[in-house]
Amino acid sequence: MFNPITIETQVRAFIAENFHYRGEVESLPATASLLESGLVDSMGVLELVTFLESTFPLQIADDEMMPENLDTIAAIVAFVRRKCIPHREVLANAG
Amino acid sequence: MRVESFLSNSAHRYPDKSALVVGKYRTSYAELERLADRLAAILMQAGVHRGDRVVIMADSSVLTVAAIFGTLKAGAVFSPINPSIKVDKLTYILNNCRAKAVITPANLLSVVAPAVDQAPSVAVNLIDDLPAVLGVRSERNGQWSMQRLTTQHLAPSTGAVPHGGIDVDLAMLIYTSGSTGFPKGVMMTHQNVVTASTSITTYLENTSNDIILNALPLSFDYGLYQVLMAVQLGATVILEKSFAYPAAVLQKLRQERATGFPLVPTMAALLLRMKELEPGSLPHLRYITNTAAALPPAHIARLQQLFPTTTMYSMYGLTECKRCTYLPPAQLADRPGSVGIAIPNTEVYLVDDQGQRLPAGATGELVIRGGHVMQGYWEDPEATNRALRPGPNPWEKVLYSGDLFRSDAEGYLYFIGRKDDIIKTRGEKVSPKEVENVLYALPGVREAAVIGVPDPILGMAIKAMIVLIEPGVLTEREIITHCARHLEDFMVPKIVSFCWELPKTDSGKIRRSQLQAEALGASL
Repeated sequence: MFNPITIETQVRAFIAENFHYRGEVESLPATASLLESGLVDSMGVLELVTFLESTFPLQIADDEMMPENLDTIAAIVAFVRRKCIPHREVLANAG
Repeated sequence: MRVESFLSNSAHRYPDKSALVVGKYRTSYAELERLADRLAAILMQAGVHRGDRVVIMADSSVLTVAAIFGTLKAGAVFSPINPSIKVDKLTYILNNCRAKAVITPANLLSVVAPAVDQAPSVAVNLIDDLPAVLGVRSERNGQWSMQRLTTQHLAPSTGAVPHGGIDVDLAMLIYTSGSTGFPKGVMMTHQNVVTASTSITTYLENTSNDIILNALPLSFDYGLYQVLMAVQLGATVILEKSFAYPAAVLQKLRQERATGFPLVPTMAALLLRMKELEPGSLPHLRYITNTAAALPPAHIARLQQLFPTTTMYSMYGLTECKRCTYLPPAQLADRPGSVGIAIPNTEVYLVDDQGQRLPAGATGELVIRGGHVMQGYWEDPEATNRALRPGPNPWEKVLYSGDLFRSDAEGYLYFIGRKDDIIKTRGEKVSPKEVENVLYALPGVREAAVIGVPDPILGMAIKAMIVLIEPGVLTEREIITHCARHLEDFMVPKIVSFCWELPKTDSGKIRRSQLQAEALGASL
C-alpha cells in the first residue's frame, strides 16, 4: 500500500476524478506545481487533504499543509510515505 | 493628481525601500519606477497613445504592477483581467473596450493568442518571457512582427515621457459581472482612484511603515487597491499568488512582520478551519480588513480571540465606487453584523423604490455620493443610466448600488441582499445569466437555472439546475468540464442537479427567483 507507485496511482486517480476539468492530469509531470498548473485551488487543497486523510492512515497537521508537502504529485507521494511508514512499523510492533 | 504620481513620489522619497515582495524577491521603489518608465516608453514607441486601453493579464507579479503604472505613465487606461479568464470572454472584453495592447505572462498565451486573433483593435502584445517579447501588428497587412526585447529596449530610462493626460482622464476599466450575462467595464478616472485610495488609507490609518500582505487577485479591485494604496504611501506590499496554503501565508505574515492583512469571508473561513492556531502569534499585525460579504459574528469573535492585538475592519463596497462604508472598530462589539457608516469624504443613504430618501431605521436601496463614484459603464449608456442617477445637486450623479440595506437607529448599515439576481461567491460577483448562457451552449441541455446555495466556506456556492433533452444524455462531470472551459474558476458550478422540469411563469420564463428563495429556505 505504501509503495510509491501505488500512492502515485491513487493520487493521480483522485486528481483526475476531481479536478480533471481544470487541465490535463495524465501527462502532468510529477514535479509540476498543482497550483501553478491551475489544477488545484484553495478548495482543491482542502479536498486533497480530506482525500489523503481518508485514504491513508495519517492526520495532517496545520503546519504540514504547506506547498512543499502537497503542491506536486512527487511531494505528495514523499509526504504520504514519510507519514505512513512509521505508522506501519508501529502497527507491526503492536502485532 | 494622477495615479502614476503615487509611484513617482514614493520612488523619490523612498528609492531603496521595498515596494513589492514576491516570493523570495524584493523590488525597491526605484526599481519599480524604472521598470514602469521602461514599459511606458516601450508601449508609446509601439503606438499606444493617451486614452488607449491596455489589457493586463493580472497575475500577482512584479510585471503586473509595473504594467499598471507603465500604462498610466504612457497616458493610457489599464484593465486588469483575472488570469483564469477563458478565450471567449477575453475576446469579448478586448473587442468591447477596443484594446490597443495586451500585456501577459507567457504561460497565458494559450488563452491570450486566440483572443487577440479575434480582436482586430489589438496592435501591441507584450509577452513577459525570458527574454520578453514585443509583438506589433502591422496596420497595412495585419501581420505580426515579433521581436525579443534587447538590452537596448530595457536600457535605463530617461524618466517619464510627457503624454498630456490630466486627472479627469480615465485611469482604469474594471470589468464586472452584469445581470445581462455580459461583463461591463466600470470607468474610473484618476480623480476617482485618488479619492477612493485617500479615503481608505485615512480610516485604516495607513502610513509608509505598513507592510500589507495581499493574497487577493490584482484583477479584483480589493486586491488591486492594496497595491495602489501602498504605493501612494510608500508602504510595502507582499504579493501572494493564492490562499490555498493558509499556514504558508501565516508564516509569511510572521516572517515579514506584516501589519495589514485584507481578507474576504472565504479566506477567514479557511483560516479558522486550522486546528492549531495559537492566539497572539502575530503581534505585528495591526489590522485585518474584511469586505465582499459580512463575516458571520462567530468568525469575528474567533478572529478577535486569535489576533487579540489586531484591529478588525468590516467594510462594504462595490466596484462602481470601490468602497463606501466601514465599521469603526470600536463599534464591532456592539454591532458585529454591521458594515458601518460612510467612509471619509463620502455620503451614503437609503432610498425607497421611488428614490425618496429614508430616515435612520428604515430598509431600502443604498445610494452613494462622492468623488469616487464611477463615470459609468464603458459604452453602455443604458446600464449607466440605471446605476448613475440625478443627485441632490443639478451638476452631479449619484450611484444606485442595487444592494438592499437596513439601518439601525444611529444610521449604521446592515446588508440584506441584492436587488438583482447577482450571486456573491468567494467574494466575487457571479451573474447567473452568464453561467446559464454557457450551459445553454452545451448540446443536451434543454433548460438551465443557476442559483446560489449557502456554503460555510464560499459564502454562496454556485448550483446549476438542469433539465436535459433526454435523461442521462449528459453527466455532472461533462457539465462541469464544459463550464470550466468557458468560465473563470469562481463561476464554475460546484453543484449540478438534474430536474424533470423547472418552475415557469405564464409566459414560459423560468422562475429563477423562486428556485433561489427555496434554496435559501424562504417561500414566496
